[in-house]
Amino acid sequence: MKAPLIHRSPMPGLGLSMGITLTMLSLVVLIPIGALLLKGASYGPAGIWETVNRPRVWAALFLSFRLSLIAALVNLVFGVLLAWVLVRYRFPGRRLLDAAVDLPFALPTAVAGISLTALYAPTGAFGSLADQIGWKIAYTQWGILIALIFVGLPFVARTVQPVIEEIEREVEEASATLGASRLYTLRHVILPMLMPAALTGFALALARAVGEYGSVIFIAGNIPLVTEIAPLLIIIQLEEFNYDAAAAIGIAMLLISFALLLAINLIQVWSRRRIGHV
Amino acid sequence: MSDATFRPATEETPLARRLLIALAVLGLGLLVLAPLVVVFVEALRQGVGEALASLTHRDAWAAIRLTLTIAAISVPLNAIFGVAAAWFITKFDFRGKAVLITLIDLPFSVSPVVAGLCIVLTFGANTAIGGWLVGQGYPIVFAMPGIILATMFVTFPFVARELIPVMIEQGRTEEEAALTLGAGGWRVFWTVTLPNIRWALLYGVLLCNARAMGEFGAVAVVSGKIRGQTATIPTTIEMLYQEYLSVAAFTLAAVLALLALVTLLLKTLLELRHADQLAATHRH
Amino acid sequence: MHPILTNARTIPAQGPHLTTAALRRLTARPIHRLRGLAAGLALATLGLGSVPGPALAQSLLNVSYDPTRELYREINAAFTAFWTAQGNPAPSLEVSHGGSGSQARAVIDGLSAQVVTLALASDIDRIAAAGRLPADWQSKLPHNSSPYTSTIVFLVREGNPKGIADWGDLVAEGVQVITPNPKTSGGARWNYLAAWAWAEKNGRDPREFVGALYRNVPVLDQGARGSTTTFAQRGIGDVLLAWENEAHLALKEIGEDRFDIVVPSVSILAEPPVALVEANIQTDDQRKLAEAYLAFLYSPEGQAIAFRNFYRAWDSSQAAPEDVARFPALELIDIASLGGWAKVQPEHFGDGGIFDQIYVQP
Repeated sequence: MKAPLIHRSPMPGLGLSMGITLTMLSLVVLIPIGALLLKGASYGPAGIWETVNRPRVWAALFLSFRLSLIAALVNLVFGVLLAWVLVRYRFPGRRLLDAAVDLPFALPTAVAGISLTALYAPTGAFGSLADQIGWKIAYTQWGILIALIFVGLPFVARTVQPVIEEIEREVEEASATLGASRLYTLRHVILPMLMPAALTGFALALARAVGEYGSVIFIAGNIPLVTEIAPLLIIIQLEEFNYDAAAAIGIAMLLISFALLLAINLIQVWSRRRIGHV
Repeated sequence: MSDATFRPATEETPLARRLLIALAVLGLGLLVLAPLVVVFVEALRQGVGEALASLTHRDAWAAIRLTLTIAAISVPLNAIFGVAAAWFITKFDFRGKAVLITLIDLPFSVSPVVAGLCIVLTFGANTAIGGWLVGQGYPIVFAMPGIILATMFVTFPFVARELIPVMIEQGRTEEEAALTLGAGGWRVFWTVTLPNIRWALLYGVLLCNARAMGEFGAVAVVSGKIRGQTATIPTTIEMLYQEYLSVAAFTLAAVLALLALVTLLLKTLLELRHADQLAATHRH
Repeated sequence: MHPILTNARTIPAQGPHLTTAALRRLTARPIHRLRGLAAGLALATLGLGSVPGPALAQSLLNVSYDPTRELYREINAAFTAFWTAQGNPAPSLEVSHGGSGSQARAVIDGLSAQVVTLALASDIDRIAAAGRLPADWQSKLPHNSSPYTSTIVFLVREGNPKGIADWGDLVAEGVQVITPNPKTSGGARWNYLAAWAWAEKNGRDPREFVGALYRNVPVLDQGARGSTTTFAQRGIGDVLLAWENEAHLALKEIGEDRFDIVVPSVSILAEPPVALVEANIQTDDQRKLAEAYLAFLYSPEGQAIAFRNFYRAWDSSQAAPEDVARFPALELIDIASLGGWAKVQPEHFGDGGIFDQIYVQP
């Protein structure tokens, strides 16, 4: 029998909850995104392509994506390390560290932006040290990278932590009784168990970093082709009131976001099949 | 072999352990704690008095009031949505649940600037809806309604995401039992469901609020940056920063950083005391 | 399988992870305490958010261009004192800053400004063309409705390492020039026209010269202040083409020892005009307030504030002598000799205009 649209149920509140859900979803999310797609459609695929297919736009999209990728990879490694340390070890200040991991999540992006800039500018605490060895951090791609690492930090750590908590000691003990060194056990037994969660966190960090604006805009140099991020391009087009061009770049970014969302879902499906849960 | 040198096979060497801990602490300290410290150092650069005085400055105070107002409107609305959506998704069976959940999660993967752009393209003065509203004297973009909509877009999924896993795990049996005992719909909700989900709800509202007050990218696009009218705390921070008023900018930033710390504190408390009722500790 | 039975088998009635202690906690506390708290919080924030002030308070929005932030902060404070001293209720004065072109467009799109104080007449003309204010606005106030003027100078790094003395040095190899985007910024257009005027005066092909100049520009910011931030705080570029007032402000705020001002041989007379936006005046009281605000800009007190903020005002009767003496005399070309804004704006800065033709999009 074909499944009906909605099962009949004695539960109350179907009309109200469905009404509120669908209305607010449409008003706040679907209609605005629809307006963006509509604008793009009226601009036409040819127009969109013409706007996006310029060196400056490609450079900005590639810059955002490339630096986000590197930042997410750094977060992947550091996040797994962090999660391991927080779950497996006991040391003074562990609770504090655990709470600190969530700070990039809770801290507003503009605050992160100006504080990172103050820190890494040539006049800042870290920036001045770097300046002495001739390494410019703020207003270069390095600055953007650091801001993106900051922003994506909690994602991998938080998705991997529960998995580490649930690893059964028997598996590690079995590996040890079979003669594996601790390093071997870590690499070939534990790490694969963490991989699906870590990859999910990686993709989440990547998705967050690609669209990030507030943390990056202060520390980026905003030089086209070099340190100009994609969201800034949209804002520049809006300030010139070029709605079509802004919509075109916005749609390009939306496509990237959707692709990443799809990748996250696929990873979770794959890992559910492999391990049973993610 | 004496006890002092005994090490279980499932643990790393003490050296390795210390190294990893040091790496974690160093990395986190440099990356996360240092910026936090800088905010307060810069805010207090000219002394506590100067910092507090800059808060009473007209622009700063107006920004704080505006941000609080926006949070007071958008967070409850998103909470209502979150509860309604969670109820709809978890208490009923229907086709397309996965699609609905994905749509609700959509704002998470969209850049805040794109979110602002969407609002401008929907309600801007050059659109049909927006043009008519401006003519009536109710502008959306460059005014508070636009900022509220942009904030709601960006914080949309927070409450729903916290409630749905918890409500799924809690199942429907309690509500069904209440129904069989003769309780009406609202009574079931208030006396059975809400007490079960209140900590998850609070957790979600907490995260939603933190994000709503700190939203920058989306608001930067839709507000006219009119000091006192549409300049929220984050955009005011940017403006003050550009006007050589770095103490004032960092003081406002410190206010938001304190809010973030309070949020983290409450979050940790909730996780410690009510871990069984929170999605975060069940999420894999 | 019946859903209720399935659930009952796998999950106990109150959820899977609850101990009896937690069970007691769950059902023991009623919800109404949270409700009271929520109501209290809501009332508190509503109270905070509600607009205070007497019922007769008037509000005024001044939409201005980018570098005037400090100027209007001072003017607004002084005007409030002046206005309340006359027995009026304290007005609610608000300002918005941004690139002049963008701001004009915002007002046309519905930004409800009572007063505009923009960077050049053409932007206000556009607002007039959209019907928000009368076409003859410029004759309503003295000095072409410009309570102060300014000009364009060069801001260079301390010691002028690249030896920039005049416009011709800007197109040299390896010199990086910072100037904003003419499509959004008013100052940017004055910069462009000053360069154009110099080239014409010195026998160079202006199109070629300005094109070469923009090839030396690594980044176009949205407004004059954005360019100043890029040059002064981010350390990008060798020379900033800046409003004279903006250059002096940078010296004052960031440090006299970090930058030098180089005055070129020829520059442009930049007239940033002001106007009343008739369409956005809602009451007679607001009209009185707006007119008084604009008149205050021309009053000796207002002019003294302008002088103090490095603008070339007209009435120096109350100004400090050192503020007035600061400005070097230089040859200033005015917009009329270039053909007037009505000709210049579309020809150079319109869609497909000369700027679009000579600027190579990166």
